[in-house]
Formats: sequence, structure tokens, C-alpha cells
Amino acid sequence: MRALLELMLGDPQADRAVPQTGMTVRLTVFVAAVMAFLAVITLAVSFTTNRVASLWAADLAQSATLRLPADPATADALLLSALDVLETTPGVTRVRALSQDEQQALLEPWFGPDLPLDALPVPQLIEIVTDGDDYDVEGLRARLSAQVPGAILDDHTAWRAPLLDAAARVRLIGWSVIVLIGATVAAMITLAAQAALAGNARIIAVLRLVGAKDAYIARAFVRRFTLRAAGGALVGVLIGLGVVSLMPQGDATSSLLLGVGFEGAEWVWPLLIPVLAAIVAFFATRAAAFRRLREQT
Amino acid sequence: MIELENVSYGYGGQTLFSHISLTLAPGSFHFLTGPSGAGKTTLLRLCYADLRANKGKVRVFGQDAGALNRDEVAMSRRRIGVVHQDCQFLDHLSIAENIALPLTVSGRGHEAAQNLHELLNWVGLGPQANQRPPELSGGERQRAALARAVIVSPDVIIADEPTGNVDWEMSQRLLSLLIELNKMGKTILIATHDLAMIRAAKSDISARVLRLKDGQLVQAGAEL
Ligand SMILES: Nc1ncnc2c1ncn2[C@@H]1O[C@H](COP(=O)(O)OP(=O)(O)O)[C@@H](O)[C@H]1O
Ligand SMILES: [Mg+2]
Repeated sequence: MRALLELMLGDPQADRAVPQTGMTVRLTVFVAAVMAFLAVITLAVSFTTNRVASLWAADLAQSATLRLPADPATADALLLSALDVLETTPGVTRVRALSQDEQQALLEPWFGPDLPLDALPVPQLIEIVTDGDDYDVEGLRARLSAQVPGAILDDHTAWRAPLLDAAARVRLIGWSVIVLIGATVAAMITLAAQAALAGNARIIAVLRLVGAKDAYIARAFVRRFTLRAAGGALVGVLIGLGVVSLMPQGDATSSLLLGVGFEGAEWVWPLLIPVLAAIVAFFATRAAAFRRLREQT
Repeated sequence: MIELENVSYGYGGQTLFSHISLTLAPGSFHFLTGPSGAGKTTLLRLCYADLRANKGKVRVFGQDAGALNRDEVAMSRRRIGVVHQDCQFLDHLSIAENIALPLTVSGRGHEAAQNLHELLNWVGLGPQANQRPPELSGGERQRAALARAVIVSPDVIIADEPTGNVDWEMSQRLLSLLIELNKMGKTILIATHDLAMIRAAKSDISARVLRLKDGQLVQAGAEL
């Protein structure tokens, strides 16, 4: 903690001994900001995908759809016997036949609002909500095929697995990008620190001659690069959050479209980015400085 | 304080000198002379562990200089004040800050204030305290370098051609400062080819004069 405080405040005399090098300052701040910005966007997309996928998956897991053949002659009889079967099935908590308006709303995105639904043979849909525990899909299927010929029970497992799979992949890609961003920041800061050390070779030689330890000289560089990286990253995060807040926000009732952004504990991550940038910069500069000092003097 | 035992050194495979032995006893005063290029600067750098002997042993305050790690080298530099041939200042700092640098880098910057004023007056640089090194004359820079060498009150002072580019009067002033330090008990080693300065010094203190020539270190005697 004291070391951290010292690093933040610095030793003004040591800072004066090693002059600022303008080029590497701007370069470090700029790259840290850009990388932090990209990290925020990546995190936002990754978290949002994850949230949408798990919401959909949860919805799908607790629901099933029964589709009755679109035959106007038998429709009413089939609906009655289907409801009869479903209502006597253990584990089924709610059964609801979709009204014509609802079916129309479902089809609207594909066929437009003027679809004359009553003139078309559209299968009747029944929404089933299950509680999962004593719900027996295979038993229900067997009873339906006996009593409601032509009815098709869709328990959504076929949709759920690829959805979760896709979400997991997006998440993996997200974290890979974050790791790559971290590695890029480390590489860039190493280069910038090397340049700063090389540019100050004569000053470093003088400091060594008058009895400065490597740690003392390294600290002047480490401090600067750490603060610059953290500062740049903070700016990048703020801009990133600004951009994220401009993205379309979904409404709370619809699980289909969620706003891109952060929720709850996810907020820790964008706030951690400047800290992580500082840690990366600290160790990258430290390693570069000690290596360079050993080679140089 | 500093001992060289059968030391050989050369840059890049060539031997500059070999089998050199030298002991700087506490409180002693040595001059090192020899033609330009004989290796005087090199010998001094061995003494403050800036170079490592190719052969033989250098002992600094009883420790094997070849076995010191980088931090130990830094620590030993705090006990040896060095006036470098080319002064080695940081041009973006003031003279006062340059003189205080050895204290600053050893985390004793706060001690500088009291010593500095006294020291600047001692070397006659009070008025120049806030100027930058390039603005000073050669003699002023040499005196600043001496002030920087002594600010940590080292046990040993090593000066490389401290009167290299100053006039007679200034070299006399520098010499008297070094003699003053020796009388305070400091061990002094000065590389110079300024024979007039050596003669002047010998009239005041008992100094040994060593001559480095053709890779050999010999005691110079009567001709001075
Ligand atoms: N860093 C170095 N690399 C290679 N050769 C050097 C180096 N420093 C000095 N020399 C050579 O070593 C010889 C002795 O140099 P130096 O010790 O400076 O002599 P002096 O101080 O007596 O004039 C010279 O020929 C010089 O060219
Ligand atoms: Mg020389």
C-alpha cells in the first residue's frame, strides 16, 4: 500500500532527473485509450450476447409449443382433445391456445400486418409452460399421438443447445480479444519504455555513476508509464461507455432484444480496465527497464 | 580502501596494462600520471567498479569488486566521490541540482539543502547555483564536479584530470580544495599530466606519484 502510494505520488526529484520524453508519452496514452475503448466494446457485446442467450434459453427450457394440423374441418375437435390431454398431464402448469390476434402478431414480421389469417390454413398453436420436475415429454408425446393425430410437440431442445453453444463461442471470442488487447498493450508499452530508456541512455549512465540503484532509475520510468497507461485507459473506457450508451436500448419487457451494455456485477469489468492497464504497464515497464539497465551500463 | 592486485585490463582483446598492483591506504594522497592514452582513466574506472578487471583482483572497501552485484556497485559509489574527466552533468538540471544528485538518488535529497549552500560557497559557485552546466566555464564545471563528488562525504575521492582545461590559478584553487579534503582524512587519487600541479602539491603534503606507461605502473621519483 505504501509502495503504491509512493508510485502514485512519485519522487519529484527523481522525476526531474529523468526528463519527460514527449513522443512516448503521447503514444502510450493514445494506445492505452484505444485499447481500453476496444475492450469496453468487446465486453459489452460479449456480456449482452450472454445475457440474451441465457434469457432465451431459460424461456425455452420452461416452455413447449404444440402445433395442431391446419385443417379447418377438424380444428375445433382437435383443440379440445389437445387441451384435454395437456390439462391432465403432470408437470404442465399452464396451457393456453394462442388467439388469432396473437398468431397474427407472430407472423407479422414475416408477412406484414395485412395478412388475412382466417382465410389461410394456419396451424393452431398452444403454448405450454412446464415446471420441469415431473414433466415427462416422451409420455406426453405418446398420449398426444394417440389422442390428437397430427399434433406436433416442440419442446425447444433443438433450439436451445445451438443457442447456448453460440453464446459460449461469442463469450470465448470476447475473452480472447481481451487477452490479445492486454498482450498488445504490454508489447507496446515495452517498446515505448525501451525507446524512452534508450533516449535517456546518457542520463541513466550519469545516474549510475553517482550511485543510483537500478530500482531507483526504473521507478521513474515505471511510474510514468503506469500512470499514462491508467490515464489513457480511463479516457478510453469513458468514451467506450459513452458509445455503448448510444446503442439501441431494448425495453425491459421483451426478451428478444436487450440493450447492449452492462448490468449489475458486469460493471466491475469496465471499471477494472484502467487498473488492469496500470498493472500491465507496471510489469512491462519494470521488466524492460531492468533488462535495459543491465545491458546499457 | 581500494586495492588492485595483479590487475590486467584491455578493451576488446587488446591488453592496455597488466599485473598492476596499487594500494590506496586510508588518508593517502596519490597522483597518477602518464601520457595520454596510457590508461589512466581506465585504471580509475577499475577503482570505482565502473569496469571489471580482466585478470587479477580489485578490492573496494575490502570487497571483491568483481563479485559485487549492481546494487552493491551503486552502494560503493556512494562512498567514492568521482570527478569525471568530462564532468558528466545532466544539462537539464541546474548546477545546484547536479551537485545534489548523489544525495537525491540515494534517497537523502532532504539533506541536500543544508550541505549545498555551504558546498557551493566552498567551491565559489554560489552565484552560479541556478545556472545550467553548459552555461558555466570549464573551471566552474570542474569545481561543480568536485562539489558533487564530495556531497555524500565519501571516504575516497577520485579525480580524473580535474585541471584538464583550466588555467593555472584555477588549478591551484582546485588543488587546494583537494588538499583540504585530504587533511580532513579523505583518501585521494588524482590522474593528471599537470606536472606543475604535482610539484605544487608535494610542497604541501606527502603525496605518492605513480606513472603509468607502456602497460606498467611505476613509482615516479626524483624527476619531479
Ligand atoms: N570504452 C573504450 N572502448 C575501447 N577503447 C577504449 C575505451 N576507453 C578507452 N579506450 C582506449 O584505451 C586506451 C586508454 O584510454 P584511457 O584510459 O582513457 O587513457 P588516458 O586516460 O590515460 O588518456 C586508449 O587507447 C583509448 O583509446
Ligand atoms: Mg583519461
